[in-house]
Amino acid sequence: MKTPIQIRLNGEDVAAFADGGANLLDVLRESIGDLSVKGGCWQGTCGTCTVLIDGAPRLSCVTLAESCAGKSIETVAGLRRGPDLHPLQNAFMERFAAQCGYCTPGMLMAAKALLDRNPNPTRENVVEAIAGNICRCTGYEPIIEAVLDAARGDSRRRA
Amino acid sequence: MLELRKDIFADERDDNLKEVGQPTQRQDILGHVTGTSAFYDDHRFSNLLHLKILRSPHAHARIRSIDDAAAVRAPGVKRVIRAADVPVNLNTLLSLIQFGKDDEPSLATDVVRYRGEPILGIVATSERAAREALALVRVSYDPLPAVFDVEEALKPGAPSVNPTYPKNTFEYHGKYDHQKLRFGDVEAAFTQADVVLEDRYQMSPIEHAPTETNGSIAVPDTNGRFVVYTSTQGLFFSLDTAAKINAMPSNQLHFIGGTVGGGFGGKVDTLTEPLAILAARLTGAPVRYRLSRHEEMQFGSPRGAERIYVKDGVMKDGRIIARKVRAYFDSGAYTRLSSYAVVKCVAHIPGPYTIPNVYADVFCVFTNRTPATAMRGFGVTALDFALECQMDKLAVAIGMDPLEFRMLNAYRDGDMKAHRREAKNCALIECAQVAAEKANWPLRDEFRRMSSRTGGAKAHADAGAVRTVAPTPTAAAARTAAPQRVPYDRSSATAPAHTAQPPTPPRSPPPPPAPPPAGSTHGAPRFSSVFGTRRR
Repeated sequence: MKTPIQIRLNGEDVAAFADGGANLLDVLRESIGDLSVKGGCWQGTCGTCTVLIDGAPRLSCVTLAESCAGKSIETVAGLRRGPDLHPLQNAFMERFAAQCGYCTPGMLMAAKALLDRNPNPTRENVVEAIAGNICRCTGYEPIIEAVLDAARGDSRRRA
Repeated sequence: MLELRKDIFADERDDNLKEVGQPTQRQDILGHVTGTSAFYDDHRFSNLLHLKILRSPHAHARIRSIDDAAAVRAPGVKRVIRAADVPVNLNTLLSLIQFGKDDEPSLATDVVRYRGEPILGIVATSERAAREALALVRVSYDPLPAVFDVEEALKPGAPSVNPTYPKNTFEYHGKYDHQKLRFGDVEAAFTQADVVLEDRYQMSPIEHAPTETNGSIAVPDTNGRFVVYTSTQGLFFSLDTAAKINAMPSNQLHFIGGTVGGGFGGKVDTLTEPLAILAARLTGAPVRYRLSRHEEMQFGSPRGAERIYVKDGVMKDGRIIARKVRAYFDSGAYTRLSSYAVVKCVAHIPGPYTIPNVYADVFCVFTNRTPATAMRGFGVTALDFALECQMDKLAVAIGMDPLEFRMLNAYRDGDMKAHRREAKNCALIECAQVAAEKANWPLRDEFRRMSSRTGGAKAHADAGAVRTVAPTPTAAAARTAAPQRVPYDRSSATAPAHTAQPPTPPRSPPPPPAPPPAGSTHGAPRFSSVFGTRRR
């Protein structure tokens, strides 16, 4: 049994047929084709699949796709505006805040959710915001510095 | 700020460093921050099939029967893959370099030897269909006694884990059940030592937990080949292993990888590619074999557990005169890379210290646990943990500063290592001096002046000198005035970390190190633990 659902993905209306019980992660990747979202544990523990649903960071692997009908979803694929990278993306590049890159999309979305609601976060705010996202390469420090840089507007690099 | 000490490393490197010390951006980072880096699972194919594996719920059991009739007929199922379908259903990873015997099946035949061992594969139109079909397979088991502890596994009457190695130990060079290191006479030295300290260290298995689990997609090409998108860390290693298991020439395989979502050693085992390729051959369709997180933990190898016993003899003047190590590596049910970890461990004993009497026995042991593999410095890491804990305890036991104690015993140029190689380009003393300076850790003058280039074994032989540092009253007073130094080892907190009383002078010179073997010149036979005796 497949259910039609329509969502607003990175500002564009998209529609897909979701299998009964399908999670948002699979629908985004397999049905809609947004491969910027990565799956890490498929059980809601690692944060790799984090997307924003109506602005709030959510784990797409444990979110029922049907529950997202009519909602606005943001993924890292929609982070840059044309040729311009988001300040977080610039800061991650400058601060070496990604090594293998697999946790990066989820990490960026968790960070974006923070900056959207708190443009001047403290270090503790940043740590709290990414506490649900596991990174096995960097040791987190470069990521924390990158988010703080982005908030301060220290990253001006353009790709 | 990076500083290259040319006084120490003059011969080691080119002076013209363009990259070291300069910030450099990763060439792949733009893809990472925009979510466009293509990991293996970011390639899309129409009619992709999905392989899921039935795994053993038992640590050790005989398979009495497998009934997959219902699974074959289940919705979406394209093919059931049984052990008999695997062309070469026994392999060991290092067979590619002729090291070790084939001991691990891709799919278990008659016996399962750890929880999570693959038994049967189902290829279906979706992961969900494959999982639902797996639930229809009925396997009847006769549980067998299992062993989970390395020392228990070596006791008489212990269950035999791996029929290729029935004594539960890996076999080196066709006859040795462990790796040995012998240098000088440790037992004689223990009788002369002022302090003898023995302790037991243990490390649990450690899961690499890369955020991307192991996986691959095998795609039939139109020219008789298979294109394989994979998370592997060792592309050609995996290609050759997959070719062997599938009994196909390696030029029929085109592996595409390099963008790996974290590996750390956990993606060298070629866990998924051989069966993904087999499934693609048997169905003629692209097949993805992706480990779930649970499978990654239970079937994907961890860093192996190790148990290490260290016994040291030390003089009150700070010289370590004997070190004896007995270690057991938990390989799990099959070899994978633990045999090699043991070789690395023995090569690292006794640590970066000049000790005239060294003795080691290190075993690669089979148990009914998940097979172990590579992880950052495997074979050395746990040993270093044990040795450096031991160094702190020894320093406390003789009332010496732990850093000065290490410097006193550090390799110096010309020293003879326990492996009968001369130490060259040593720099541990200099590293310790720089570290002490940066950490404001006060060193006595003699230690600030100490050098790896002088006082090595050759210098001893020339001058007949013994390597000691005579404590001076001022130095001893300075040490008591120094800020509180906390040894890393908590159990030593009750012991006096420092004493105002200077260490007693050496009672007797250390036993002379064994002479180097006569045949160590160029062209002489050299012994490699992996390859055996060969000529350079």
